[in-house]
Amino acid sequence: MNLTDQITAAWNWLTASSHWSGGDGIPHRLLEHLGYSALALAIAAVIALPLGALVGHTGRGGFIVVSFANLARAVPTLGLLLLVVTVTSIGLTPVIIPLIALAMPPILVNTYEGIRAVDADIKDAAKGMGMKGPGVLLKAEIPVAIPLILLGLRTAAIQVVATATIAAYAGIGGLGRYIVDGLARKDYPSVVGGSVLVVLLAVVVQLVFIGIRRAFVSQGLRGSSRTS
Amino acid sequence: MTAVADGEPLIRWNWIGDHTDELTTLTLHHLKLALLPILFGLIIAIPLGIMCVRWRWLYPPTLGVANVLYGVPSLALFMLFIPYFGIGSGGQADFTIILPLTLFSLSVLVPNVVDGLRSVPEPVRQAATAMGFGTLRRLVQVELPIAVPVVIAGARVATVASISLVSVGVLIGNGGLGQEFIDGYSRDFTTPIIVSCVLIILLALFSDGVLVTAQRLLTPWARTRRSNG
Amino acid sequence: MIRFDGVTKRYADGTVAVDDLTLEIPSGQITVLVGPSGCGKTTSLRMINRMIDTTSGTISIDGDDIRKKDPSDLRRGIGYVIQHAGLFPHRTIVDNIATVPYLLGWDKKKARATAMELMERVGLDTKMAKRYPFQLSGGQQQRVGVARALAADPPIMLMDEPFSAVDPIVRKSLQDEFLRLQSEVQKTIAFVTHDIDEAVKLGHRIAVFQVGGTLAQHATPDELLANPAEGFVKEFLGGEKGLKRLRFNRELEDTADDEVQAAER
Repeated sequence: MNLTDQITAAWNWLTASSHWSGGDGIPHRLLEHLGYSALALAIAAVIALPLGALVGHTGRGGFIVVSFANLARAVPTLGLLLLVVTVTSIGLTPVIIPLIALAMPPILVNTYEGIRAVDADIKDAAKGMGMKGPGVLLKAEIPVAIPLILLGLRTAAIQVVATATIAAYAGIGGLGRYIVDGLARKDYPSVVGGSVLVVLLAVVVQLVFIGIRRAFVSQGLRGSSRTS
Repeated sequence: MTAVADGEPLIRWNWIGDHTDELTTLTLHHLKLALLPILFGLIIAIPLGIMCVRWRWLYPPTLGVANVLYGVPSLALFMLFIPYFGIGSGGQADFTIILPLTLFSLSVLVPNVVDGLRSVPEPVRQAATAMGFGTLRRLVQVELPIAVPVVIAGARVATVASISLVSVGVLIGNGGLGQEFIDGYSRDFTTPIIVSCVLIILLALFSDGVLVTAQRLLTPWARTRRSNG
Repeated sequence: MIRFDGVTKRYADGTVAVDDLTLEIPSGQITVLVGPSGCGKTTSLRMINRMIDTTSGTISIDGDDIRKKDPSDLRRGIGYVIQHAGLFPHRTIVDNIATVPYLLGWDKKKARATAMELMERVGLDTKMAKRYPFQLSGGQQQRVGVARALAADPPIMLMDEPFSAVDPIVRKSLQDEFLRLQSEVQKTIAFVTHDIDEAVKLGHRIAVFQVGGTLAQHATPDELLANPAEGFVKEFLGGEKGLKRLRFNRELEDTADDEVQAAER
């Protein structure tokens, strides 16, 4: 099967009306997928944002944070998922834990780097105007670091959305079902169609973050550098 | 599906001793599958990045493609290549894993090459021209060397990710150490899963360490240690 | 001698940076191009080594049209110093200074030996030879920049606000040493600045540019201070008050020089 055939088959699969309703329909699987992704991202953000901000603000423990993040990046998500499934059982937990592990490093490192990189002059000026530690963090450092923090969230979100396909291995649906089931049944249109949906979702996530950036980042900070 | 049987330890240490040969073979194969894409990626990304800097209009569409590629599940990317190189481990089938991961590494490396080249300060570029450097000589002797720290930072991210992603290939029958995930999973036996996870993490940390050392040796002039963001 | 003959630079968008400029920069002397920003002084400077191409008119060096030479060859024979030094961050100080000799294919040993010699001449400790630019202060980097421009002993040096980015005290010592160095090497120097004090202090001749890219006055510092052209030039020199100050400073420096010479005798 060549590329054109693959595209045609995937298109036919995507546009078949039977795939757009019911428990195995695209809308339902999409919602599942978004649900797991959002939950994992939210938990990761709740842990990593304050931690990164604190470490960046105090300047203590930066090395540990970066090393930990590097270590976490190296953890094979699929291995972690299968391990948790084997130890506990199928369900939400084995899906969420690896996704959190996946989302934390970029959020943590970007928040830390963003806050740490805030110009010493800006911090001094904030202190000079009578702000105390938390005030400096909230009113000076975080607003200036927002572009990098958003970038970290974006990277995490894209990775989570792309990787949430493995939820199917824990038996709880998501768009990965089409890929995994298709693979088992050698139903390639389903595999390719499912993949296309995930890619589209990742693109939408990108666009959402570009929108957020437009809306919330101060004009004065536009064009701030990107890191990976 | 059931959880591990009661009384079963998480790790059976003697399993490791009994499977040293198997683990060594898988580890070497894993490295091949993970690192060749980085090598190919660098070979493609450097000229591509140079072109994107030279012809500015080329960069936005390239970055767009890179961003999309970054968001493609690796499994889906592997699927695309099955019709051409087949399923399985070794020989031609390895390209079913290597080529998609090359694409993935490009999505990280190309923007880093571009950023690296753009990190050359304008006065430095101008001074080079004014001293009589031609375009090519300036690129090779001034711009590329100055881009090295940023390119290596990208290579570090791509390498660690690639080492972790190879294991997903097991779902289509070729995942290096990931092979052990499925073996363990299908037998409700945690030892192989844990052992191969740990080996993968060690491989990633080791490769990262090699790259950090390479950067220190190659760029003693870099002002600060760069952490990879 | 560098000669501008009816040189005009017009950009694609229609702005005229330099308008029909005719100017002679005599050999072995410092000619300062001074004026407010947007007056075309830097553009004029950068046309000499073809970093910018002229729209019309000719620039010649010792009678030879610069367009007859390959740009890279032309540039290797002209020293160039800029505001932020533009040192190569990835090369040691000695290798930075030896850049043009390397380009010219000198023997590596000879190039390094020349570079070490130049370090001393511009007042840098040769112990710094193996350091990298980031380990040097702004003033030290600027000295390296000057040494680098001198390395292949080019007859001409172009200097674009070389001392503007350092603090006043460092600037003064760089200026003084630059004058001392020039009295030894006698290069043909075109020196761009927006600072009239610097122009008066360093220039054998001063070319005052005005916005629109035309030459408002071209004279020696003493002539300029004695008979500034009415209108723009007088205003640029700070009016009667500014002129008084500049004349006073100049006398002060001259007396100081005389004293030094007297003491040396």
